[in-house]
Amino acid sequence: MASEIPHSFVKRSSHKKRIEALAVNLFRQMTYLVILAAAYIFVDITINGSKAVFQSTAPYVNVQFLTDKPQTLHVFEPRETYETMQQVRSQILVLETKNRGLGESDPELSNSYAQQIKALDAQYESLDAQRKETRLKYSDREYRALEVSPDLSNYKHDTYAYSGGGIGPAIIGTCLLVLGSIAIALVLGLLCAVYLSEYSRPGKILQAVRLSILNLSGVPSIVFGLFGFGMFVLFFGWGVSLIAGWFTLAIMALPVIITASEESMRAIPRGFREGALALGATKWTSVRTNVLPYALPGILTSSIMGIARVAGETAPIMFTAAYALRDQLPWEGLEHPSDFLFQGVMALPYHIYVVSSKIPQNEYTRDMQYGTAFVFLLIVGFFALTSILLRIRVRSKYKW
Amino acid sequence: MNPKNTPLPSNPTNPIIEVRDFNFMYGSAQALYDISLDIGEKEVTALIGPSGCGKSTFLRCFNRMNDLIDNTRIPGGTIKISDVDIYHKDIDVIELRKHVGMVFQKSNPFPKSIYENIAYGLRIQGIKRKNEIDQVVEECLRGAALWDEVKDRLSDSALGMSGGQQQRLCIARALAVKPKIILMDEPCSALDPVATAKVEELIHVLKENYTIVIVTHNMQQAARLSDRTAFFYLGKLIEYGPNEQVFMNPENPKTEAYVSGRFG
Ligand SMILES: Nc1ncnc2c1ncn2[C@@H]1O[C@H](COP(=O)(O)OP(=O)(O)OP(=O)(O)O)[C@@H](O)[C@H]1O
Ligand SMILES: [Mg+2]
Repeated sequence: MASEIPHSFVKRSSHKKRIEALAVNLFRQMTYLVILAAAYIFVDITINGSKAVFQSTAPYVNVQFLTDKPQTLHVFEPRETYETMQQVRSQILVLETKNRGLGESDPELSNSYAQQIKALDAQYESLDAQRKETRLKYSDREYRALEVSPDLSNYKHDTYAYSGGGIGPAIIGTCLLVLGSIAIALVLGLLCAVYLSEYSRPGKILQAVRLSILNLSGVPSIVFGLFGFGMFVLFFGWGVSLIAGWFTLAIMALPVIITASEESMRAIPRGFREGALALGATKWTSVRTNVLPYALPGILTSSIMGIARVAGETAPIMFTAAYALRDQLPWEGLEHPSDFLFQGVMALPYHIYVVSSKIPQNEYTRDMQYGTAFVFLLIVGFFALTSILLRIRVRSKYKW
Repeated sequence: MNPKNTPLPSNPTNPIIEVRDFNFMYGSAQALYDISLDIGEKEVTALIGPSGCGKSTFLRCFNRMNDLIDNTRIPGGTIKISDVDIYHKDIDVIELRKHVGMVFQKSNPFPKSIYENIAYGLRIQGIKRKNEIDQVVEECLRGAALWDEVKDRLSDSALGMSGGQQQRLCIARALAVKPKIILMDEPCSALDPVATAKVEELIHVLKENYTIVIVTHNMQQAARLSDRTAFFYLGKLIEYGPNEQVFMNPENPKTEAYVSGRFG
């Protein structure tokens, strides 16, 4: 051997190692990219959303936004400021056009234009800040309650649909939808999973059943929406209602729940079952006492996560449960208690959709959109957190 | 059936289990061929034989654990326990399993407290009275020679016990439903020699009150523990008799080869 290689394990660079290093780098960068994208989404929604949800004065939370019904927003802009702003803007436009016409011919003049534009821009900004401070905003209810409406010679009156009030009914509607569909999906899913994992005989039919359940989770949500509409709303005659939404969402979440529950139950050692059966337990007893409790943590986590995902879908509730606007809260104006189930509700995802695509956009709808999205994120996060806490609790109770 | 396949067992005089020309199939694969033997009451009977010869299958026929496996069949033969054909269609498997307890190769305590493990057999029968359960728990733990070791930590998880203690807990758990017969499938195969000795000691004591059928790979253990030994080979019963016969003076050359360690 050559003398510059002191031993056989000395580091040598090779083609393979370079590729390896390259690949690792690629994986790392892609991971960072994904994390960055996710972080951007969260930070953006949080920052913009907090503007609607939090405030700088006393309760620090914008209670009106969280509890009120969506309303038309009435804005009174201070007329004087507003008009000055318009003038400044048109001056800026004029200067910009001139500047552009100048081209490269006179750099000195162009420079002075640019400075004037800068000064005007600063003036515009300060006027805008002043406008924001002095303008008056009223939700529709507040506006009607006013004894004297602002003097229209001093103020310019504008109205913006859906931009005032709050999202109280949508928060309540979404919570109701999620809770109800969790209950239905868990019951149905558990029954199916117990049958599939404990009672059914393995074979071609079982495989086909399992495969079709799995495939169900790939069906687009709009198809579930149409199915729910055809089945529950029209065929069962429930109308656009809470209960139709529950069942549509539950059925949509079922594949995930069944698959996850089955997996969790399969992971329970055979010894638990055999031990119970050998003591004279019936099959159901052994499943109930020695399989389900230990499978529960896994079942709960994956199920609630599955539901939280489904609850964010707009398409399945669009035709089955959601109203764009409803003036009453779900418990208001019921004739029979059963009417509770057969009423449409507002829901956060649908509200986001309506506010972002059904009405003209302006600076006031933005707050509403971001605020709604932020609250929605918080609620979904809350359900996820609950499922994790529940899992930890159940898990520490049934350790194995 | 071909009676030549089954050597005439030197049967005990007071049989509690009587097996006649018993066959067993997993789907299309036959696992047991024409087994006939009697198992004596309050005796320890050992089943030995090379791996895959059908010992576990045979053992699991006594409490019908094989019912849980799909596509199993019994093309012929009977098993009678206390003169009752246990494969008759009127048999309640639940009652049978209370009568015939089982201890598994891999100890399988439930992930509950020690107390709840023993109480399980009673609770599933709907017994709720605390003092009755307390009494049975103590009785069974004493019966399994475990009481002194665990009496101060009955509410601790059974999974915190040593492997040998876990296996004895499983025996105690089986005692709680008051069986007459206890089946043990290689109960010591995962235990160290000290723990094995304790379980063997326990089996020796239990013999006073229970009929025990034990599968083992350990020839010395079979010789030490049992009154009778059955040697299986490829699903057939090759030789069955008192220990002195099977281990010292086997009639069949295959038995002799196996017990002397020349194959298996
Ligand atoms: N669930 C099953 N399905 C199909 N065949 C099986 C099943 N269990 C066992 N067998 C087959 O039956 C035969 C006997 O198996 P068994 O488990 O009774 O042997 P064993 O004597 O207990 O072996 P070991 O000493 O390794 O435990 C083997 O050939 C085995 O492949
Ligand atoms: Mg075996």
